[in-house]
Amino acid sequence: MEINFTAIYVLWLREMKRFLRSWSRVVSTLMMPLFFLIFLGFGFKGAFIPGVGQTKDYIHFLVPGIIGMTLITTSMMAGISVLWDREFGFLKEITVAPVSRISIVLGRIFGGMTTSLIQAILILLISIIMGFKLPNFLAFLFSIIIMILISSGFIGLGLIFASLMKDIQGFGLIMQMVVFPLFFLSGALFPLSNLPRFLRIISYFDPLTYGVEGLRRVLLGNSFLPFWFSLSSLVLFSILMIILGAYFFEKSEV
Amino acid sequence: MPSILVENLVKVFNSLRAVDGISFEVKEGELFGLLGPNGAGKTTTLNMLATLIRPTSGNAFVSGFDVFRERNKVRKSIGMVFQEPALDNYLTGRENLEFHGMMYGLKRKEAKERVKEALKIVELEEFADKLVQTYSGGMKRRLEIARALVHQPKILFLDEPTLGLDAQTRRKIWEYIKKLNKEKGVTIILTTHYMEEADFLADRVAIIDFGKIVALDTPENLKNLLGGDVISIEVDNWQNAKKVFEKLPWVKKLNHENGTFCLQVEKGEEKIPLLIKVDEKEAGFQIKSINLRKPTLEDVFLYFTGKTIREREASQSERFKEMAKRHRR
Repeated sequence: MEINFTAIYVLWLREMKRFLRSWSRVVSTLMMPLFFLIFLGFGFKGAFIPGVGQTKDYIHFLVPGIIGMTLITTSMMAGISVLWDREFGFLKEITVAPVSRISIVLGRIFGGMTTSLIQAILILLISIIMGFKLPNFLAFLFSIIIMILISSGFIGLGLIFASLMKDIQGFGLIMQMVVFPLFFLSGALFPLSNLPRFLRIISYFDPLTYGVEGLRRVLLGNSFLPFWFSLSSLVLFSILMIILGAYFFEKSEV
Repeated sequence: MPSILVENLVKVFNSLRAVDGISFEVKEGELFGLLGPNGAGKTTTLNMLATLIRPTSGNAFVSGFDVFRERNKVRKSIGMVFQEPALDNYLTGRENLEFHGMMYGLKRKEAKERVKEALKIVELEEFADKLVQTYSGGMKRRLEIARALVHQPKILFLDEPTLGLDAQTRRKIWEYIKKLNKEKGVTIILTTHYMEEADFLADRVAIIDFGKIVALDTPENLKNLLGGDVISIEVDNWQNAKKVFEKLPWVKKLNHENGTFCLQVEKGEEKIPLLIKVDEKEAGFQIKSINLRKPTLEDVFLYFTGKTIREREASQSERFKEMAKRHRR
């Protein structure tokens, strides 16, 4: 299958323009992670929580989790936004264009990934203002790689949902029934070691767990799961979701 | 080589044969109309030709390219305007068009120039840099026509190009379509359920009903098929009137609905006096009104299907409801 780079670029550019023109939407999406960050970060300041690693404050433990939360929400939304294109007819215009489906999927993933990453980095900057200390610049670069893996995987998952759903009715349901459980199960807010055994086992099936654990490793230097395990799970998740997302998108008719 | 060649094309949705074995040809430079009620299969036909959906069986070639095997070549050779707007509301008109040009493989500079030309044709230069969100329905439709022209396709597909537009805007759109066809030589295939639109625009019209083509010719020839004029008469007692009208030797065809008869006759103006002479007492009915008109495509549709387009649309939607019910079971 051929890949049309111009088409990918055009679709990416479209996402950028839309992103820059809809600040209100960006702010409202960032509201939730920001609340969690501010209120939990300040609220649990100095609290003793077993398993957090008491050399640093709770906010250090929290920040990777909140970045994960930002990534899962914005990426899922970027993937599912295909539904809006279908609702407003623009999907037909893209579908009838002489470009391969894989280029369309890649364009959307790159576009969604860029906006998602911008928002996650915004959250990181805000947490630095709140007192979070980045170990060094290299850690920042590594964290970006983890973020890219998380984001691309969840955009793929969003694409799968969007391809299987017929209209935008189910959107809220997906966000509530999929995003929130995944967020809580990932151990974004608390150490996984504190969960009862059966919940912990479920959390191993949550890809965001590996995202948050991976981010903790590069940003804090310690994590519950071994780094190689988190990283390879993330890579696998990302590749699998992109392939499946492309497959379902190709199969769905406008 | 014809611009579009369709042979025995079929599309089955679940168990409904939406398009039921249609065949036709569109010549180069022709303005071809698919006329029929909603749900007759016009849009499905167009979508199959545009490679948006895959046909169940049959053959179709657009610009000589097979819609089954050469989808990208077909896509490149056509421009499409959809029934519902397919624009990005968060982009400006110009951006929508430039992105389209680049998707079709134009270089950025080339795209910019073509966009300028296309915007000029539909007279939207002034609004080009406003967000599409702020456009009216007619402006959106014009923008979409312009967009379909950016990559200079030889064939333009228009799906109900004036649906939901006011009379004035409709006239304007008709002008653009005619101009494109006559001056630029673009082959155009359009679907419509507006009789006057098909009559005004199309060189040839295919009348389509329940997924089948029931008639195909120039609007002129189709109307001549009816053999003359139509007199519609409203009466107070249609049973009695029917007996009388059936006996009149010069009535070629008699249709009846809701107390109104449609009589197909030659030289209608000479037949009205004869009708008035019918003795009221003896015949047992009274004439409430008489109307003479030259046949329209509406009458042609009625002639071939026994229903008006409006009635057919009502029964189509019942048919779909029935289908949906059966599926739920």
